[in-house]
Parts: sequence; C-alpha cells; structure tokens
Amino acid sequence: MMPRAQLEALQLKLLKIQTRRLWECSPFYHEKMRAAGVRPDDIHTLQDVRKLPFMTKKDLRDGYPNKLMMCDRGDLIRYHASSGTTGKPTIVGYTRNDLENWSESLARAMTSFGLGKKDIIQVANTYGLFSGGLGFHYATEKIGATVIPASTGNTDRQLDMICDLGVTAMAATPSYLMYLGEVAEKKGIDIRKDTKLRFGLLGGEPWSDRMRDRIYETMGVRGFNCFGASELSGPLFMECAEQNGIHFWGDLALLEIIDPDTGEVLGPGQKGEMVITMLQKEAFPIMRYRMGDITSMMEEPCPCGRAHPRITRIQGRVDDMIIIRGINVFPSQVEHSLMQHPELGNEFQLIVDRKGHLDTLLVRAELKPEAFTDNIIELNALRERISNRLKNILNISANVELVQPGTLPRFEGKAKRVTDRREY
Amino acid sequence: MSDKGKYKIKQLSIFSENRPNRLGAVAKVLKDGKINILGFSIAEGAGYGVIRVLVDKPETARDLLTKEGFVVKFTEVLAIQMEDRPGGLFDLTDQMKDINIEYGYGYRNPPFAVLIVRVEDIDSGIDKLLAGGLKLLDNVNFH
Repeated sequence: MMPRAQLEALQLKLLKIQTRRLWECSPFYHEKMRAAGVRPDDIHTLQDVRKLPFMTKKDLRDGYPNKLMMCDRGDLIRYHASSGTTGKPTIVGYTRNDLENWSESLARAMTSFGLGKKDIIQVANTYGLFSGGLGFHYATEKIGATVIPASTGNTDRQLDMICDLGVTAMAATPSYLMYLGEVAEKKGIDIRKDTKLRFGLLGGEPWSDRMRDRIYETMGVRGFNCFGASELSGPLFMECAEQNGIHFWGDLALLEIIDPDTGEVLGPGQKGEMVITMLQKEAFPIMRYRMGDITSMMEEPCPCGRAHPRITRIQGRVDDMIIIRGINVFPSQVEHSLMQHPELGNEFQLIVDRKGHLDTLLVRAELKPEAFTDNIIELNALRERISNRLKNILNISANVELVQPGTLPRFEGKAKRVTDRREY
Repeated sequence: MSDKGKYKIKQLSIFSENRPNRLGAVAKVLKDGKINILGFSIAEGAGYGVIRVLVDKPETARDLLTKEGFVVKFTEVLAIQMEDRPGGLFDLTDQMKDINIEYGYGYRNPPFAVLIVRVEDIDSGIDKLLAGGLKLLDNVNFH
C-alpha cells in the first residue's frame, strides 16, 4: 500500500495537471481562477489548492445544461442528472475515463471489506438518470462479482431473488434494507438462516451506528457506509473492513474540511464543511466544490493500513437540503414547483416523517381564497396537478395538503420550511 | 326569467383543512353571530373538506367567517319539497332524471321533507323541475 507521503506527491502532480487543464480548456474555470487571481503556475504544494476559488451548487445551477462540461463532444459518452436546487437538474457528463475511475473507486471500496468474484450483489438503487444504480452495477462487474440489477421497488421479487439466487450483498438505502428485513420477517423468512445475504452497501441518506447495529441484530447483515454525490460521479467511497470512517481515495479526490462561515481550512478532527476537488475527472471536473455536508477528517491512521484520508459519518448539512428515500430534496425546488400554481399562496411547509422504515414527505400549501371552489372534483384535480408537478421535479412522490390561507407559520428572518420528524 | 331568482338559495361553502375541530370553529362563529343553521352537510375531499351550510343570514355569516380567516363562497342551490313518507324521494326522481346533480343532501321539516340539490345548470334545472310539477321552496323560507 502507498505511504501517505507518496500519495501526497501523486496528489500534487495530479492537482497541477488538473489545474492546468481547467485553465486551458474551460472558459468557466478560467474565468473563475482569473477572478480569484490564481494561475496554474501558482500551485507548488498541495496546500496551494487553497488559492483556488470555491465552487458551490449555484455554479452548477448557473451552468445548466453544460457550461461546466469540459471535453470534446466525441469523448463524452454519458449523461446523468441529479436534482438541482430549483426546477432544473444538474447534468453531469462522463468520458470513458470518468466511467472507468468511477467504477474503480467503488470497486476498490468493495474489495476493501472483502467482496470479490464469488459474490452475488443485488443493486436495489435506482437505475436511470440517477447515478446510484449504475455506479454499483459497474463496480460489481469490475470486481468480477455477479450483479443483479434489481433497481428499486417490488420488494417481494427482491426477496425471492435474495433467497433463490444466493445473493451475498445488497446495495440499497439503509431504510430500504430495514424495510426489506421487515417484509422478510412477515413472510417467515429468516435472512440469517434462509439466505446468504451478509453485506449491506448502504448510503444515499443519513443513518447512524445505531441503525447499523439494528440491521446486524435483526438480519445478520453488516452494513457498510457509502458516500457519493452525482456531481462527483455517483457513489464513490466506502468504509473498509474496520467500519470506522469512509476512505477517500487520494488519487481521485482531494479532500478539505473548511469552516463554512469563514472558508478557513480546518485541521483533522475539526468539524466543518466538506470541500472536494476531483483530481482526474474529465468531462465534468469539480474544483474545490463545497458539498454542504458536515463532517471531520480522522487523524489517526486506519488499522487497515490504507493511507487514504478518512472522514467520520456525515453529521449534518450547512444548507436546508434534506434526503428523502435516498433523493436530495431542496425546499427551493418545492417552492419553485408550487409557485407555478396561481391557486396557491407564497407560504409552504415540508413535513418529513418515517412510517415503518419508509420516508414520507408531506407538502402543505395555502389555497388562495379566490381559488376555492365548492366543487370537490375540481379541488381534488388541483391537488393532483400540484402533486404531479412536485413528483416531476423532486423525483419522489409527495402527499399534498391544501390548507386555509394564513395558517402556515410566517417567518421574519430565515424561513424554517422543513420539519423533519425522522429518527436515525 | 327574473322570478327564477327567488328559488335560488345562497348556500355557504366553507373550506375546511384537515385539522382537529374545524367544525367546532365554524359552529362557534355562527353561534356567536346568532345565526341559525337550517341545513348542513360535510363533503370529504382529498385531505380537506368542504362544509356546506344553509343559514338564515348568509351575508352576515360569510362576513363573520371571513373575518375569522375562513375561506367562504356562496353557492346557489335549490330546495325541493318532498312528502315526509316512504316513497317521498322516489316521487321526485322521475322529474329529476334529466338534470345533472352535482350533490345533494336532505333534512326533515315536518310536515314535509326537503331535498337540497346543487345542479350543473341552475336556470334550466329550475325550468325542468317546475315543468315536472315539483315544488321548489322560495328563498324567503331561508333568508
């Protein structure tokens, strides 16, 4: 395994190459660097990454659809899309090398806790524009294991395959795995005795060690925490067999933790906002991107021997983003969607809850007096239209509740639109 | 045509969100305003309801309810008099078969009974009901 000093030397080399590419090939990054008064020649040490300007979700939004894309059309071989902060999604492009590094990253993680050729891995993450499903799919193929591209839903069939095909690992959100365990129990299936399922590749939503313990106690499945984001490619990094912190492969990503208020870079053990520079991405590079996730870097070397930096569990967000059933949801998206309906007022409220193991989203909006009609069919149709539009923008279904004007809370300062009643 | 106006009764339609004791809140406003309820129904929507009320002073009731934050609309309905005996409703239905009824509710008002209906086209509805020989109550009976 590569010692830390050697890893850092490699990182510096890659950072220099990437910075030069950004400067030379992308008008967007060139202008951003020029405005910050930094040139590729200013990068002499790894610490010099701090001279580069930050990127935020706003850059991604303003760059829609492909202002941030940086490769020849001929080299671009894939698009994925994730929810943006308003109506428009973030479009992420991939070259062949990007797909290769993406699968390499996750494959390395899966190998690090013991998955290999003989495993059968059921991917119960969404396949499609969302990068979760295909990310695990490629990584599974890369390690030579058998992949079952189950995607989401149809829990009965998922269980049948786990039982009948001898599935050993499952990629899913932790809440879905727990739900599956419950369904199994109701059907009289003991996951421990009746199946070979032993590994859970879990992420996409906040969870806790308590949940991990419960999954192990009830199903005998060891849950491994995964981190990723569509902007970075998809699911990328995971815990090793130690199950103590997620390894960030240093040859692929340069990780910093900053004080979200001042932008000052923090040391190991200090809690702050995660900032990522992707060192080898080609089509959709990421330079000092503020993830919005709160975590800290772990100081002591991992007993597994890998020198790659580790982070603790994500401990929160700096913005108001919430994750529902593995999908990122911004209150600004909900606002954008609701404002398309002239029948609704300006106030709204999001209530997130967990029924059993499944997340629910309730959106409450005020009906304008002039939009009220005695005709129930028309009112129900309005609610249906609101709900359909939300689903199109958020990619998850929301229960819509129309309320009397003036009844939702008003805010003088920063609006608190979200009530999250889930416990992890 | 203007005499049709006397058959049109002003019903209050009140939006009711899904919160405990919304009905109590409506009833309290009407009580405090000394408004008498003559007919009443609750319709269930998807996650909300519509309370429909006939009252003796509709304008006053609307103003008071609006002041308390309720969303209120007037809806014109018709009141058909029925015999208060078995078959009373059946006797009306033959004359009503060509009318598109959106909703209805009834109450007993001895010695008669009353069927309140909201019809799609109120003017042609009045014509058809009267032509069928049915008795429509004049709105002075209510307001």
